[in-house]
Amino acid sequence: MSGDLRAASGGRIDRNRVLRFRFDDREYTGAAGDTLASALLANGVHLLGRSFKYHRPRGVLSAGADEPSALVTVRRDAARMTPNLRATQVELYEGLEAFSQNRWPSLELDVGAVSGLLSPFIPAGFYYKTFMWPRGAWHRLYEPKIRAAAGLGRAPEQADPDIYANRFAHCDVLVVGAGPAGLAAAAAAAGSGARVILCDEQSEPGGSLLAEPAAHSEAAIAGEPAARWLTRTLRQLTAHPRLTLLTRTTAFGYFPHNLLGLNQRLSDHLPRPDPGQPRERQWQVRAREVVLATGALERPLVFPGNDRPGILLAGAARTYLNRFGVLPGSRVVLVTACDAAYQAALDLHRAGVSVSAIVDVRSGAPDGPLLEAARLAGLPVETQATVLGTSGRLRVRAIRIQKLDSAGAPAGPVRRIRCDLVLMSGGLTPSVHLFSQSRGKLAWDESLAAFLPGQAVERVRSVGACRGVFSLAAAVSDGTGAGLSAARDAGFSVSAAIPEAPLPESAAAGRPGALPQPPGVSGEKAFVDWQNDVTARDLTLAAREGFRSIEHVKRYTTTGMATDQGKTSNINALAIVARELGEAMPRVGLTTFRMPYTPVSFGSFAGFARGELFDPVRATPMHDWAARQGAVFENVGLWKRARYFPLPGEDMHAAVARECLAVREHCGIFDASTLGKIEVAGKDAATFMNRMYVNAWANLAVGRCRYGILLRDDGFIYDDGVVARMAPDRFHVTTTTGGAAGVLALMEDYRQTEWPDLDVWLTSTTEQWAVIALQGPAARRVLEPLIEGLDLSAGAMPHMSAARGRICGIPMLLMRVSFTGELGFEINVPADFGLPVWQAVFETGQAHGITPYGTEAMHVLRADKGYIIVGQDTDGTVTPDDAGLAWSIGKGKPDFLGKRALERPALASPYRKQLVGLLTRDPQQVLEEGAQIVPGRHRSAPEPALGHVTSSYHSARLGRSIALALVGAGRSRIGETLYVSMPDGDIPVQVTSPVFYDPQGSRLNG
Amino acid sequence: MLLIECPYCGVRPELEFVYGGQAHVARPHDPAACSDEQWAEFLYWRENAKGVHAERWRHTHGCGRFFNALRDTTRDQFLATYRVGERPPAASSREREPQP
Repeated sequence: MSGDLRAASGGRIDRNRVLRFRFDDREYTGAAGDTLASALLANGVHLLGRSFKYHRPRGVLSAGADEPSALVTVRRDAARMTPNLRATQVELYEGLEAFSQNRWPSLELDVGAVSGLLSPFIPAGFYYKTFMWPRGAWHRLYEPKIRAAAGLGRAPEQADPDIYANRFAHCDVLVVGAGPAGLAAAAAAAGSGARVILCDEQSEPGGSLLAEPAAHSEAAIAGEPAARWLTRTLRQLTAHPRLTLLTRTTAFGYFPHNLLGLNQRLSDHLPRPDPGQPRERQWQVRAREVVLATGALERPLVFPGNDRPGILLAGAARTYLNRFGVLPGSRVVLVTACDAAYQAALDLHRAGVSVSAIVDVRSGAPDGPLLEAARLAGLPVETQATVLGTSGRLRVRAIRIQKLDSAGAPAGPVRRIRCDLVLMSGGLTPSVHLFSQSRGKLAWDESLAAFLPGQAVERVRSVGACRGVFSLAAAVSDGTGAGLSAARDAGFSVSAAIPEAPLPESAAAGRPGALPQPPGVSGEKAFVDWQNDVTARDLTLAAREGFRSIEHVKRYTTTGMATDQGKTSNINALAIVARELGEAMPRVGLTTFRMPYTPVSFGSFAGFARGELFDPVRATPMHDWAARQGAVFENVGLWKRARYFPLPGEDMHAAVARECLAVREHCGIFDASTLGKIEVAGKDAATFMNRMYVNAWANLAVGRCRYGILLRDDGFIYDDGVVARMAPDRFHVTTTTGGAAGVLALMEDYRQTEWPDLDVWLTSTTEQWAVIALQGPAARRVLEPLIEGLDLSAGAMPHMSAARGRICGIPMLLMRVSFTGELGFEINVPADFGLPVWQAVFETGQAHGITPYGTEAMHVLRADKGYIIVGQDTDGTVTPDDAGLAWSIGKGKPDFLGKRALERPALASPYRKQLVGLLTRDPQQVLEEGAQIVPGRHRSAPEPALGHVTSSYHSARLGRSIALALVGAGRSRIGETLYVSMPDGDIPVQVTSPVFYDPQGSRLNG
Repeated sequence: MLLIECPYCGVRPELEFVYGGQAHVARPHDPAACSDEQWAEFLYWRENAKGVHAERWRHTHGCGRFFNALRDTTRDQFLATYRVGERPPAASSREREPQP
């Protein structure tokens, strides 16, 4: 038999299947069907953790998702360690290993509990007040110490090895919650022909019915015992072809247009999960109609010492007794503010637990069938009373109560009652989390003392306890009606009569706020938020300090934060603040419910998008060849580009220098396939290009290329690239690697919305072409033997020309262009032929010293020539003139993107930052890119920088460092000495032309 | 995730679309005739509507076409979508929401 405190029979556990498990390295046994919490309670273990701030001993408060205290870490192995799980939701399996949190050295003896003694000095917001001085100590000293002392479980240090799946689904009706109302709704909707998804966070459907005693339940639905109704309904639902039932599935978020996020836990309950199967599956369900049957949560009562282990919610005790067969104590005191909780005392009494007292804290004279039953059973009922405090270090041992006088104030003798179990019920709070997330309005119901779903925004209905319909028969009828009307509104013909929606019931209204206390300050804390250690006094203090908005009170005191999200604390906190402010509760308002309803693992959100699947990778046709050559790659957008090709023993600097010299002296081969390519075609292609780019396109002859500059309409450089005219009505436009998608989008925008009359078509051809750049004085000699039908001589194919031909028999677009300043060609072949052509060129080039070079050498080679890289030497505030490219602007064009903006005075000013070159006095010193440029070395006051370094390299060919910079009125400063701020001081630099190499371009035209 | 009705393709999830800024901001036909102030207004001045906002969207991962939409910015709800060149629908017909 597992545990000592197990009732001999009853419950939904299997007493014959004994499960061994460990908690804090001690071995226990439980039964199949247990949660970790129920199994520990069956073993008499109430102390499960230490609280967040004061390190107070804490036990189980609830039996479900609302558990704020019993947070544990469950460990399968070093990588599979999940912190902050609610013990009430952890299903027991053979060999389960769990640990308590936030304690040292042990749970029973926790050194951190000393902070409880210091608690008068650490009220709400204490860290805002106390740790203000000295400056800087917050980051170095206070915050790390506070974080180490306060906290929850620790995150695992290894990568998560598990698989997480995701799935998209559509349905006619999604029902959230498989309690009586949800089951009835699902059955009614599916019966009407709708496709239904029904989800529930628990391991089995049934909701509140699971806590009903099977043997002698008075609960009945239309004359049928509830247990039998549940079995029958489930059998009917699971056999239904249009219904998908998801257990262990939490609807954690409600997104626009009836999209709900569901997290299904697939294997956490299994002793040995198959590592090949997903651990969780996240569903994104788009539903025509949604039925929320999310139930209600029981509120704790706020009285001093209400947080000791052994103090539970009354409904939770019923669940432990009736569902798990656990006797959570032997002498019980029930403190209640509503009728429903009397059932817990009656059930425990019937199970043989001694009921020492029922303390009814309501004013007036409560009455009702359950009170009558308690009196008939001989249970001692104390009405109009309050709780002054409790005692017991690691488990409650006694409770002190006092009567209330006619004015509702504590009066008369204080009675101390010995007990080992205190149950409390402050009433029920409908779970409106999802409804509120759907942006539905909440309406305060005074008689229920609760916020209920009001005006909906989405196509959603709330049924049962989550809208205040608590009694079983009414909730089932409510569910049936909503299921039928949801199916009808989803387009199905519903023959059955739709029952009238029942009215909310006030029987569980309870008593929000703190219980009355005698005057004077009690030393004991009355907790409102167990998880964040927020007390009633913290809230009144916040109100007295001037926090009037409940949202500000939440942030100041942290009440309702973290996984609690107000489940247990919201209404009590609101009542306390409202009372302190003298305002009605709805006027004080409610904090926003945020998703997720309960924590969802990061893995569930990541799904399959991790590792290699995290982001798509774009690789060129020559990628594998480069990888085999030992290339080091860099990411450019999603592309992988070869950065350099180190030979054995070479570092980057050596490799780049060698590659640069090879291009300058012999021939380099470079993979330029990532360049964006757009084909602009149609009768009005030239007109379109004229309007988009700054250049004059009308006079560009077929077979010629031009360096194009694209501005935005604000006049700043957006992109650049070589454009070839392939036919009178066809341009081959190249863009920067990173800018390709944006350029096409910009072109499409103007084509569709500004000039829809133009006959022009835009097609991305980036991935259709593989591009092999062949650069260097030997480029022509390497290429010639491979080419058919083209004369490559300078006369026939000058710089900036383009022609079609064949290479190795493959159709080719050949462009004579150069981004290095050397004689150069770019061979465009269909992507599938990229690799064989590359290999053929490389083979032929062996005799000419051909060398593959990467993007790093490309950067250095272009900087030698002062060629800009958009996005590096420009930053979205640079005009063509700033970049020294005013020559490219077509003269006499009436309009192009950015033309009008360039005429604005600020953009035509001679004092704008202009692109210049910088040379350090020490030729070996390489400036830092981004470094600021100032006029003088010795400066006393801060002064505005003149500009900054945009590109800086060691140029192998020039044997020295070079840099490009944007400098205010830079071209007028050529020859001046300025200073660059570097980490070890200001460096003198000479301002020069940005063209460092072959300014006449004789090599280019060779 | 919102559902957006592309006037060419039908209702699709928001992921397929890209926002395109305020609608009905026409580029002046003769920019040279604009004053600096007029050009700056065209470039930079936009509505910041609390309520109904006419805006452009592009069905980037679908037909690729731009279209216009009326959206209530206070509720983040689409009231109507319509094609480029069409007038915004009248207020009375603005209560249509895409159906999941």
